[in-house]
Amino acid sequence: MTQVASFTIEHTRYLDLRGRPTQPLPAFAENRDVLIALYKAMVLTRTFDAKAVSLQRTGRLGTYASSLGQEAVPVGVAAAMRAEDVFLPSFREQGGQMLRGVRMVEILLYWGGDERGSDFTGPREDFPICVPVGTHAPHAVGVAHAFQLRGEARVAVCVFGDGATSRGDVYEAMNLAGVQRLPVVFVVNNNQWAISVPRARQTAAETLAQKAVAAGIPGIQVDGNDVIAVRQVVGTAIEQARAGEGPTLVEALTYRLSDHTTADDASRYRDDAEVSARWKEEPITRLRQHLSDGGQWTKTDEETLIGDCSAQVEAAASEYLATPPLPTTSMLDHLYATLPAALAEQRAEVEEATEP
Amino acid sequence: MSEITLVEAVRLALARAMEEDETVLLLGEDIGIDGGVFRATDGLIERFGERRVMDTPLSESLFAGLAVGLGAQGFRPVVEYQFMGFIYPAIDQVVNHAGRLRNRTRGRLTCPMVIRAPYGGGIHAPEHHSESMEALFAHIPGIRVVIPSSPAHAYGLLLAAIRDPDPVVFLEPKRIYRAPKEEIADDGVATPLDQCFTVREGRDVTLITWGAMIIETLAAAETLAAEGVEAEVIDVATLKPLDMATILSSVERTGRCAIIHEAPLSGGVGAEIAAGLANRGLVNLLAPVGRVAGYDTVMPLPRLEIYYMPTQERILRTVRRVLAYA
Ligand SMILES: Cc1ncc(C[n+]2csc(CCOP(=O)(O)OP(=O)(O)O)c2C)c(N)n1
Ligand SMILES: [Mg+2]
Repeated sequence: MTQVASFTIEHTRYLDLRGRPTQPLPAFAENRDVLIALYKAMVLTRTFDAKAVSLQRTGRLGTYASSLGQEAVPVGVAAAMRAEDVFLPSFREQGGQMLRGVRMVEILLYWGGDERGSDFTGPREDFPICVPVGTHAPHAVGVAHAFQLRGEARVAVCVFGDGATSRGDVYEAMNLAGVQRLPVVFVVNNNQWAISVPRARQTAAETLAQKAVAAGIPGIQVDGNDVIAVRQVVGTAIEQARAGEGPTLVEALTYRLSDHTTADDASRYRDDAEVSARWKEEPITRLRQHLSDGGQWTKTDEETLIGDCSAQVEAAASEYLATPPLPTTSMLDHLYATLPAALAEQRAEVEEATEP
Repeated sequence: MSEITLVEAVRLALARAMEEDETVLLLGEDIGIDGGVFRATDGLIERFGERRVMDTPLSESLFAGLAVGLGAQGFRPVVEYQFMGFIYPAIDQVVNHAGRLRNRTRGRLTCPMVIRAPYGGGIHAPEHHSESMEALFAHIPGIRVVIPSSPAHAYGLLLAAIRDPDPVVFLEPKRIYRAPKEEIADDGVATPLDQCFTVREGRDVTLITWGAMIIETLAAAETLAAEGVEAEVIDVATLKPLDMATILSSVERTGRCAIIHEAPLSGGVGAEIAAGLANRGLVNLLAPVGRVAGYDTVMPLPRLEIYYMPTQERILRTVRRVLAYA
């Protein structure tokens, strides 16, 4: 018997739970401003999530998926991207969308039930969030294929959850990306839960990163609560993809501290003790600790930031709440490039039924 | 100008579209060097290269999603599914993404893609190779469902589908892939979508059909003509969105109508047409709407296939009943 293939999965972390470096930091992390920008983006995300949940609780927003405790994944991923790259998020990456220029008011409009929220004023080519789990992985491959055909040095970055890795779409997408060496990076936002299904019941595989092995692409793991590690590992994968060296699957290990969505009650299936323990690993405290250990972050800085974030989020919420309603006929007006004659009658009916 | 078959007309349209627009790409299984299982893409990889004629892995769920990504990036992908029986994984992408991307982004991102697949029975193919499931797609908002019934229509409608800014499911009746033939000027002129075509004029009864059933329907019309009955024959061509106006105006003149399709009877496009007639054409109807269709059963294997497919005799039986109704 001879061994014909083997694999190893590497795990990367730079900061331990108390924010102390476990190895020399990557070059970008030597720059205080860069680290502070990452920190601010995570705090803004957490402030935004809290506001969105409270808007939902008070009947002013629809169902919402908080990213509490997972902020480092989308923020680290988006920070590693260039403006001209294309982001294809799932539905828990608002922190990354915001960093790429999606406005908070747009995210609120979307979850508030208004399609205009996906007509981003910022990153015009980024995909809207994807609700059918994992079905956007093929889109990322299509986008990357477009970049390759045009010879553009751009990368498609697709984020999906641990649950999504059990779907065929994700495998089919990685498989083709491998065959074509497409400029795409897949990131698993492994928050340990798919609603009530724990990671262990999702697959018998030891890591989700190794799902890349069957597709013939590199699979690596990163501490998803260490934003420096996410930014570094995903950044390296993105730059490899940009250089024509093909796709990568990055598994970011994090933890969903919130309910699945505002429509969920995680206490039905999850121990509070587990959640409390995981609070010790969350990414924001860790980076703050690191910054203040280095004398780069003071109590005043923190207070100023909290104030800034609240002001920004409150302004977005006010703008959201003051947005004039959608015209009812818009439900038909954007379906096709031009309204087919067959739909004219239905459009007239909508108009008539909703006339003031 | 020589006579060509429907499948050759498909190839001619694909080549024409690729010639005139760099962004048109072909994707599918075995479409490259092998030219596709029905040879619809024969020779295209030699002409346009493997960048534009791409053999994909066996990933039916993937292709349609891949096309969504390419479409959103400004390409015009044309995806071939080998048989309609293997298209179902694509429904997820068509319903959840292709048909709604324009709407959910208010036009910021769009999906100008075409999904092509041979469909229908009558060629004694193996299991899963003969179904007519066009109604599954015709129910989906935001897309077009187009079925040609002749080489000329295959050429013109496929060009229109590829140039259309929205997703189109283009189903090719494989029973008439190789016959009859027709002369086609490769002039790049598209045939309009969203429109039914009156392929035979008549004053006594309207026969409505699409795809390969046009053959039996026209034959029935000839038989009736010999008996002094002039049937008008309408080829629906674009099943979604449906041009009821043409159908209603024909029935307004004839007062009688039969709908003929290979797909199972219930819950399909024929039912939609009948409902449209009941809704808006009832005053003109002199007889109940006749229907000739496949049965509401699993498509039989080849031994019983001919008993499933609507025949000229079945059409005539129904039309005569419609004509006799006083
Ligand atoms: C294809 C599909 N199946 C089921 C659902 C319902 N659903 C929404 S989120 C979810 C769990 C997703 O888990 P995961 O991929 O880990 O992402 P997370 O929610 O943890 O971010 C399920 C089952 C869905 N949206 N799409
Ligand atoms: Mg999860």
